Amino acid sequence: MRRDIFQAIADPTRRAILALLAIHAMTPNALAEHFNTSRQAVSKHIQILAECEAVTQKQSGREIYYQVNAHKMKEVDKWLDTFRKIWEDRFDQLDDVLKDL
Amino acid sequence: MTNKTEIIRDLSNRKLNVTRAFNAPVEKVWRAWTEAGQLDKWWAPKPWRAITKNMNFTPGGFWLYCMAGPNGEKAWCRVDFHTIEEGQSFTATASFCDEDGNIDASFPPMHWDNRFRSTATGAEVEVSVSFDSDEDLEKIVAMGFKEGFTMALGNLDELLEK
Repeated sequence: MRRDIFQAIADPTRRAILALLAIHAMTPNALAEHFNTSRQAVSKHIQILAECEAVTQKQSGREIYYQVNAHKMKEVDKWLDTFRKIWEDRFDQLDDVLKDL
Repeated sequence: MTNKTEIIRDLSNRKLNVTRAFNAPVEKVWRAWTEAGQLDKWWAPKPWRAITKNMNFTPGGFWLYCMAGPNGEKAWCRVDFHTIEEGQSFTATASFCDEDGNIDASFPPMHWDNRFRSTATGAEVEVSVSFDSDEDLEKIVAMGFKEGFTMALGNLDELLEK
């Protein structure tokens, strides 16, 4: 299955992980402490986030830290821009229709 | 002056709220949204055109139309109406389909809750777009808008470049 940024944000746990990582970079263990699910489940989500390039990892000593990939997260904004553009175009046309009604 | 389109995203609830003011009486705005002849004039962003095949604006009825592109492309859509409060609000479900209205289940349905109200300067419309599940949102965003809608509305990649 194709991985993209929208898959990253489609799941509530992954959104929560991203929200935590937006504050500061964290290790998988530190992240897992915030969730009631198993460590493996959290790992799986981190893996998907990494595949979607929503997060990147950096090594610090023996620990691996995950951080939000701000550049990639902009894709969500791009999608919303498209959504906005479609509606704006529509509404501008609706303005014209209303003038003639 | 063009009125601003406000979009509030509430992705945790799989919802997007679109609000827009119009400098026209709410009765006219309602007509433009609920009569096929009017919808065909504005629903498809140019250069696409919306062409209604049939429309039955009653609870349980539906609107079957296509988005016709400048190169002869056609994308068929169907909007099923659920509740209607004359002049005030209606709820509906939008799906992709074939020209006979058979719904293409590979595209997740999108739900609308449209509210119309009178304001000092005319009218305001609030469209709440929601999805059944996180998976559906994921799908519609990944393919519905990026590809499905892009396919339906022409190449928006250029737009995204900007």
